[in-house]
Amino acid sequence: MPGLIINLSIYADEAALLAGLRRHDPDACTCLVKRFAPLVYARALRLVGDPDDAEGVLQTTFIKTCDALPNFDGASSLGTWIYRIATNEGLMLLRQRRPQVALDVVAELLPADELPQPHHSWTIDPGRAALNGELRDQLAQAIAALPEPLRVVVTLRDIVELSTEETAAQLGITPGAVKVRLHRARLRLRDLLAGYLGFVTEDDDDQTAAPPP
Amino acid sequence: MTKPQHHHHSLERCRTLIAQLNDYLDGDLPPDLCAELEAHLAGCPDCQVVLGTLNQTVQILHTLDAVPPPLPADLEARLLARLALPSVPARGKP
Repeated sequence: MPGLIINLSIYADEAALLAGLRRHDPDACTCLVKRFAPLVYARALRLVGDPDDAEGVLQTTFIKTCDALPNFDGASSLGTWIYRIATNEGLMLLRQRRPQVALDVVAELLPADELPQPHHSWTIDPGRAALNGELRDQLAQAIAALPEPLRVVVTLRDIVELSTEETAAQLGITPGAVKVRLHRARLRLRDLLAGYLGFVTEDDDDQTAAPPP
Repeated sequence: MTKPQHHHHSLERCRTLIAQLNDYLDGDLPPDLCAELEAHLAGCPDCQVVLGTLNQTVQILHTLDAVPPPLPADLEARLLARLALPSVPARGKP
């Protein structure tokens, strides 16, 4: 049973939604959840890597959002504001979970990058890729499988789209460390996409190219 | 299987420049290094492929959250129940 059925169109306009939330209309609260919770949860899961922890981040984000609504000044959109709260909550949980030093050390222990295999060139229209559920699932799984220091950096830089400096400040590491981790993460994800798309190198004398798994 | 695929004279050169590809893509590479990288790319099809596919990887990552998967129903129900608890300010109620 997919949650409550309400008429979302009554709060299609953000100002109307805010007004509804401020007078504690339950439908406004449901509308807020329906509109923003999917992305809050998806990003929380990507950051913290664990479904239970991500649900905790989701709940805290919405509780804090509701508590702070009287102070919301509308300088950014409601979505931007909520996603920022969610990112901060996710990062706080990561910091609590492990000593800060571990985040730095793990990245240095990773093996040096091999020279990337060029594979064949491939072209995907990013717009179409966004609609390709299977491709998105593959990529989401690959991100989830990255070591945490790489996963967190690629999430903040390439998905939340923070700058190198913002990412460094959030994680308490140097911009240089952000770049190293981003580079490793992107190369790994590129390899995954190349494999998924079935383009393997075959310009040597190997008789056959292995099909994608 | 593991042999290098960048066939031309200087694998070390490829290795050095590939480390700069992200800065190049992100617009963070100083102009002199950009020129150096572009000169190498012009003569190295393998590095061109790495650059092109890396660029597309980043573009796809940017769109990854454009259509987030729906929130699982049980999770949504728990969230709504949690938000209905009295800890959420209920000003205006009698």
